[in-house]
This record gives sequence, structure tokens and C-alpha cells, in this order.
Amino acid sequence: MSKVIKIKRGLDINLLGAAEKIIKKADFAEYYAVKPTDFKGIRPKLVVKTGDKVKAGSPLFFDKYHPEVQFTSPVSGEITAINRGDRRVIEEVVIRSDTKIEYEKFSVENSKTLTRDEIISILLKSGLWPVIRQRPYSTIANPKDNPKSIFISAFDTTPLAPDMDFIVKEEATLFQKGIDILSRLTTGKIHLNLNADYPPAEAYTRAKGVQINYFTGPHPAGNVGVQINKIDPINKGDIIWYTYPQEIIAIGRLFEKGIYDVSKIIALTGSEVLHPVYLKIINGACIKSLLKNNIKAGENRFISGNVLTGTKILNQGFIGFYDNQVTIIPEGKYHEFFGWALPGIKKFSASRTFISWLMPHKKFKLDTNMHGGHRAFVMTNDYDKVFPMDIYPVHLIKAIMAEDIELMEKLGIYEVDEEDFALCEFVCTSKIDVQSIIRKGLDLARAEMS
Amino acid sequence: MKSLRGYLDKIKPKFEKGGKFEKFHSTFEAFESFMFVPDTVTTKGTHIRDANDMKRTMTVVVLALVPALLFGMWNVGNQHFLATGQEASFWQSFFTGFISVLPIIVVSYVVGLGIEFAFAQYRGHEVNEGFLVTGMLIPLVLPVDVPLWMVALATAFAVIIGKEVFGGTGMNIFNPALTARAFLFFAYPSYMSGNEVWTHGMIKGEGIIDSFTGATPLAEAAAGNIDKLPSVSDMFFGFIPGSIGETSTLAILIGAAILLFTGVGSARIMISTVVGGLVMGLILNIFAVNPYMEVPAYQHLMLGGFAFGAVFMATDPVSAAQTAKGKIIYGFLIGFLAILIRVLNPAYPEGMMLAILLMNVFAPLIDHYVIEANISKRLKRVKVQE
Repeated sequence: MSKVIKIKRGLDINLLGAAEKIIKKADFAEYYAVKPTDFKGIRPKLVVKTGDKVKAGSPLFFDKYHPEVQFTSPVSGEITAINRGDRRVIEEVVIRSDTKIEYEKFSVENSKTLTRDEIISILLKSGLWPVIRQRPYSTIANPKDNPKSIFISAFDTTPLAPDMDFIVKEEATLFQKGIDILSRLTTGKIHLNLNADYPPAEAYTRAKGVQINYFTGPHPAGNVGVQINKIDPINKGDIIWYTYPQEIIAIGRLFEKGIYDVSKIIALTGSEVLHPVYLKIINGACIKSLLKNNIKAGENRFISGNVLTGTKILNQGFIGFYDNQVTIIPEGKYHEFFGWALPGIKKFSASRTFISWLMPHKKFKLDTNMHGGHRAFVMTNDYDKVFPMDIYPVHLIKAIMAEDIELMEKLGIYEVDEEDFALCEFVCTSKIDVQSIIRKGLDLARAEMS
Repeated sequence: MKSLRGYLDKIKPKFEKGGKFEKFHSTFEAFESFMFVPDTVTTKGTHIRDANDMKRTMTVVVLALVPALLFGMWNVGNQHFLATGQEASFWQSFFTGFISVLPIIVVSYVVGLGIEFAFAQYRGHEVNEGFLVTGMLIPLVLPVDVPLWMVALATAFAVIIGKEVFGGTGMNIFNPALTARAFLFFAYPSYMSGNEVWTHGMIKGEGIIDSFTGATPLAEAAAGNIDKLPSVSDMFFGFIPGSIGETSTLAILIGAAILLFTGVGSARIMISTVVGGLVMGLILNIFAVNPYMEVPAYQHLMLGGFAFGAVFMATDPVSAAQTAKGKIIYGFLIGFLAILIRVLNPAYPEGMMLAILLMNVFAPLIDHYVIEANISKRLKRVKVQE
């Protein structure tokens, strides 16, 4: 067995509403959307307009900076809306789905003998290329790069995360097919990172052509950034590509059947879901039909993704391109009388300042209340306790705030991503928006490099 | 509670921009958020937040100070009645101490918070909770008979010169409470050192019996009267003269336990400070040429302000080193220097305050070298690859 890498610093947040291990086929969703905002650093240029008919795999828009990177429709149907936000930024391209999906055909005969360039060209044309992202910056990979390795985090340690072993169980063949395709994209290794705390799915352990690494410990052990940091850390100029199991299955499917079929299994989770289960859907689906009669009353927060890094969406919003989970928790718009002084049986804290520490296995129902106001930076050891990389988080954050790019580089900006700082943001007693700061740092560094 | 909330919502617009009491916005916000945790929700980043905030954190520290405070109050009375040779019950002692200590606390809080509120409003900030702790620390490191106007002056000095000129909470270089103490120590030495100041009523000299000197164990040790040191148990439990909150090592240890258990205080700093003190103590024992240097190393930990400084002053997160390795070096040097100054410098009977303030100055330098080591490690990785 490979070496087990132990992550010591971190935090598991036990929430109510983990999905039961049943996969249901979701009700037919009428609307789908592709959201340019899911992709960091792109500038979308539309190629469709309202009223156009599209098939699954037809291009909707492309990236102005990398015109070869296309974004395609997940279903066949008609473009019904192009929703714009502030400053006319395109937020959603909405498609009303046909009841029966028609697919664009991509020629993938002899997939075993395809060259690297041919594979990349098919991935780009089909719109599946964006599933491969790169570090640093967490942007879509540049097809012209040759990454030093490809990382796959095959487990998710975020709160209420879907069990990725359970999800891939039935798809071992397509998973292997996807790995075979990926292996031709790099001259380096493909690292498949598994959780050592339980026996992983056979689809993983029997995978060929990969280097299997085991991780154990609390969140963020499942974050690909932490895994890269421990196995093959990024230096200035290095590029590592990364992707996730369901995306690999989609790649396998593309090269098996020649169609852009982005069906995936998501977990419907959170304390405000009546029956949390796994749902089989097509990527980009509107959550309205998925949630029908399954939500508790009250003002709720709908999140595409998990509670740490997910995106806030409307109750009729759409699932994000990279998300495997929808979380619904209560909003926390209330004043609490002397809340900071109460013993706090129902309050969760990484510190032991509330008596809820007496119940380490308790599952919590947490809401979106900030539990305090913004303050100056005071506590210095909170971040260290939940940040497992060999990087000084506070100093990096301060370098970003000072916009000192050289210092950011020295302190390891290339090795981190917003999601790696999500726990720092969660535990911060000064309620600082750490993830936005890190994003700003990454954008600054990226602008400097290009 | 509901009607209070309703009232606050009703008067709130008056404190907003353009309202009648716009100038008291920060003050209103401070009181409102004191009574009610705000109803703000997350908008970006993580959707859930830890229940712990600055108020809670600071409350825990104040709570950790309570044992030392209560014991200190009792001991003030206790020492007073020892000095006058009167028999007194537990409650008599406590009450005597209570009425002498309470005014100091009130003055410290009123002056400090007043300045904090004014600066918060001036800067358009929210009021930071840091002073909740500082306001309690200042009385605990002062002798009981310090005049109240001095407390007010020292607090004002600490908050303005020690903190606000650097940009407020989180930006200060020196520990504010120790800045207050250092200010008094150098500006009004006759009220901060000597044998008379530590016992309530002794400066006025009313009814003090002849056999009572009022000298602290440190003063006795510095004078070479090692035989006059109190028993180890008296020093541990704190039945000795000294600053209000510093005498009982036991009460301070209870506070340390609270800080460490809740994760608010830094174990690295506390432990390394103690280790630093012990190491210096042992070195002195080895090269002992006078009776003071022979005092067993462990007894130094119970003398003077060492324990109080290690637990409550050195661990101030803002003025301490901020990196994990830096904290160990920082703590060690505090303990080391405190004992060194205490024993070898005849001018200052207590070294803890100066050791901490000195290391406050060096904390950024320590951090700088720790960070540089991390940076060069990262650079080396690139070179190995090439």
C-alpha cells in the first residue's frame, strides 16, 4: 500500500442533513443554465441569442482570451434567456430543455490511438475541456501547457460532502476510460488521492495508470490544494492540472459514446431538506423541480456546493458547473439577546468557548448568521489550527492586502486557492472575508504574470 | 427583551448617517451589539460562521482573570489586617479589598472605554473589544493604594500612546496594560515600588504594627534576606504582598487552564516562558555567588509578576510573536530575561514587565526570521528541482 499522508490541522464541521445513500432519478427539470461566473478569469463571448435552438454539446459562448475554450449546452432545447448582472456581466445562459435530448456527435473512433492534440481538440470542441483546471489560480487549464502532473482528489471532506466512492461505484469502466484519456495529456504522473479512513471504491483502487496516494485527517484533507502541497508542491512557473471523479467519468463517456453527456449524481443536503438523498441529474439543472415538496418552510439559503465554498443561488437557481451538491440551510437574520454571553449548547465553534464542546459528536443545525461584527485582526493562532500547509496564512493575507506581489510569491500564493482558506474564514473571530482576499491575491498575481 | 429590541430599532435611524445623533454612531453600535448579536448574514465566502467572535473571546479572557481578581481582593484585605494586627473574618478581608479595588477598575474602564469610543467614532470604526481585557489587566498589575488620578492618567497614556497612535486595536506594538504600568513605574516610582505601596493603608501609616514591613518577597530576596522569604505554599497560594492580581500562582493557574482549554491563549508562549524562566533560574543556581542567585529556579516562577505575566501579558496575541515557532522563541526569551533582570539588575526588583515590553519590540523581528526561513525553504525547493 502507498504511503498514508496524515493531515493534522483542520476541522470537520458536523452538520445535520447528510444525504442518505439512495440514488433517486430526479424529476424532469425544464430549465438548465450554464453560468460563466462558475469559471474563474474568463471573459464570455456569446455565440447564441435568445430563441436559438441548440443540441447537447452545441456551443453557447467561448472565452475571449482563449477562443478555443468553448462552453456548450448540457441539453438540447431553446435558449430562453440570457441573464445579466451588474455592468451587464453575463450571469446565466438559460436553456429550456426538450423532453428527449438530442446530442451533437463527436467523432471518437479508435480512441486508443488518438494523439494528444486530437484528444485536446475533441475535449475543447465538446465543451468538456473546462472540467480540467489548473493550479495556480484555479482557472481552466490552458491547452497549450504541459502540466508537471495531474491531480485527482477522489474524496470530499467538506461539510455534508457527497460520498464520492458511493457515486462512482457503478461507473468503474467509464472512470478508467477517462483516466486513460487523461494520461495522454501529461508526461508526468496522475495522482489519484484516496481517503485512508475507509476502504475506497474499487473503481479507484483498481484504476490503472495512476499513482494512488492515501490521505487521512479532517477537512481540508480532501482539498486538492492541500494534496498538491503535500505531494508535489507548486513552485513559481509550475503548472498542475486537476479534476474530479465525476468529470473523469464524463470524459470517459465522451470518448466512449461521442456525446457531451454531463449527467451526474449530486447530493441534496442540509438541515432544511426533509429527505436528504442523492439525485441523478444533468449538469446545470434548475433546482426547483429537484426540491419539490422536500424543503422545510421558512427563509432558507440555497447553496450550489457546500457551506464553505458554495455559491448562493435562488430557490429556482441552477447547479454550478463544478458542484456535486446542493445545500439548504436556514438564513440567520435575527438579533440574539446577549448571544455572545450565552452558554451555547446549539452553537458550533472550533474553539471551546461554548459548552457545545461537551458533545463532540453532536450534529449541528447552523444558519447564515455572522455571529459578530467585523473587527481588526487580533487572534493569531486560529488560522494555524485549521490550515495544514507549510505556509503562513496571516502573513500571506497581509501581503495580499498590501498588494505586495513579490512578497505574495515568496509566501506561497501559487500553492493556495480560496477553498483552502475557507476554514480560516469560518473560524475567524474578526469575521474577515478571507476567501475574497485570497481571490484578489490570485487575480493580482495572475494579471502580473500574463 | 422584545420591547427593548423594538426601542432600539426605533431610535436606530437617529444614529445613522444624517441622523440627529450621527456623532454617536459607534457608541450606539457598540451598545446595540453588546446587547444583541447583530442580524447580519454571510454574503460571500463561507455561508456559515463560527459562533465565536471577538466579544466571546475577550469575555473568556476576562473570565480567566476572575480567580486572580477575587483572590486579589481578599488578599488586599488580608494584608491590610495583617499590617494593622487586627483579627478579621474572611468576608471582612474580602470586603475591605473589594472597596479598595473596585474604584481602580471603574476608573480604568471608564477612562479607557471613553477614549476607545471617541477614537472609534473619529475613525468611523466599530468599537473593538480589546479594552475589555486591558481594562481589567491594568488594575490587577497595580499596587492597591495607587491614587485614582494616576490610574486614569496611565490608562489614557496606554490607550492613546500605546495603542491608538499605532492605528488602534490589532496594530499596537506594546501590550497596552503593561504600557500603563511602565508609565507609572517610571513617572511615579514612589507609588510603584518600595515596601509601603503594596499594603492597603500603609502609606498613610495608620496603625501599622512595628513588626510588619510590607516588603514583597522579591524585595526581601533582592536585599539578600533569603531567610525572610515566605514559605513556598504561601507564595503558591498568594498570601503575600504584591500587585493586586499577581500574588496567587494558584489563581493564575486556574486562569491559565481556562485560556488553554478554550484555545484562546497560546500554550506555546506560556510553556516556553516558564521554560525560559526555569533555565535562567538554573543557570543562576549553578553560578551562584550570592544568596539571591541560590533561590531555587522553581520558586522564581511564583515570585512577583512572573506567573501573571506569562499567562496574561506575554500571550496578548497582538503584541506577541505571531508565528508558531516565533512564539516559542518569544516566550523563552521573556522568561529568560525576566529572571536575569530580576536577579542581576539591582535597579529593578521585578523583571517581568521589562522583559515582556522588550520582547514586544523584538516580536516582529523574530517573526521576520521565521518567515524568511519559510521563504528560503520554498526557494530551495525550486533550486533542487532545477
